[in-house]
Amino acid sequence: MEAALFTAQDLACWRAERLVFAEISFTLAPGEALLLTGANGAGKSSLLRVLAGLLPAAEGKLLWNNEDALADRVTHGARLRYLGHQDALKPALSAAENLGFYARLHGGDVPAALEALDLLPLADLPARVLSSGQKRRLALARLALAPCGLWLLDEPTVGLDTASVARLGPLLAAHRARGGMVIAATHLPLPLPDARELRL
Amino acid sequence: MRALVGRELRLALRHPADTLSAVLFFVLVAALFPFGVGPSPELLARLAPGALLASALLAALLPLDRLFGAEAEDGSLDQLLLSGLHPAAIAAAKALGHWCTTGIPLVLATPVAAALLNLPIEAWGVAMLSLGLASAILSVFGAAGAALTLGARRGGVLLPLLVLPLAIPAVIFGAAAIEAAASGLEARPYLLLEAAILALAAPMAPLAAGAALRGD
Repeated sequence: MEAALFTAQDLACWRAERLVFAEISFTLAPGEALLLTGANGAGKSSLLRVLAGLLPAAEGKLLWNNEDALADRVTHGARLRYLGHQDALKPALSAAENLGFYARLHGGDVPAALEALDLLPLADLPARVLSSGQKRRLALARLALAPCGLWLLDEPTVGLDTASVARLGPLLAAHRARGGMVIAATHLPLPLPDARELRL
Repeated sequence: MRALVGRELRLALRHPADTLSAVLFFVLVAALFPFGVGPSPELLARLAPGALLASALLAALLPLDRLFGAEAEDGSLDQLLLSGLHPAAIAAAKALGHWCTTGIPLVLATPVAAALLNLPIEAWGVAMLSLGLASAILSVFGAAGAALTLGARRGGVLLPLLVLPLAIPAVIFGAAAIEAAASGLEARPYLLLEAAILALAAPMAPLAAGAALRGD
């Protein structure tokens, strides 16, 4: 994984003829973390989708190593992991099958990723019988599959118990130690030491 | 892309009701014709090619509005778009998945519907080929339509309005092939023309679908 600089310059976003946010600028260096905070509707989720290239920015630029990050959105998508509000799980597939599909897309080892979030005992259960916290852990297990440059996390700890939040700590620390960057929108405290904060 | 097709097949195996309902819909619509036009065997055999094509295409439309709708609702579509796969490859994989889980079962059910419509047995083979091609054409056009109507209110109604007109050439040549086979003529030219439509649509429609998925 190459170390990279991720820069946002004067991003603005309109949704339904309403300005959600404007003049958002930041630069992240390898290993750095950025917390997005703000009231409901402040545009945290929209900003994360803009950063992922899923939502077009009305204005501004996104740079990856000082080059236009969205010039090739397929490549940009492959160098990040996005965790949205939804867990992107198929209820009919087991936990291991759900994760196995993403392992085939991103690479990585399914049992190890399940173990990282203490999901091995649930590996063969269909996702529809998992509790919402367990589903969230399964979605988080995607992060543990294969290393990549940037994690975009939208309320990653919603529905998690304290033990699971604690398990997220080493995962985030290992990612940052490898030079990975984290941008997380959250209302709850996250195990992200020395994270900068961006208030929307 | 193989992973995505594999997941489609696995999901279809876990939810066989979706495939089964399309097949039963096909057979039932075909069975309505004898009730509508009366039990005259000659008249039915005359109607059979067009009726087979029309009922198969309607049945293949059934699962189309969930093609991307289900993925968008549970967040999987975002993950697919960020997976490093080109959006056109995602659309092509979904179209292939739709054909494997709907088109092939419809082809296998064709003899049942053909018997209900009194189609001569000699034409059953050509009918299966023709329906296989027509359902594949519907799968690729349908994937483009499903991507375009994704997120639209009443997308489920809009989708057939968009896709069925595009399938008209497939109906014309498909029915002509079955009719030729039923009357002992050469069906090959019509099947080749139908295959040509598929050869044109298969690379183009996924590109359109991919652009629609990404919101370009």
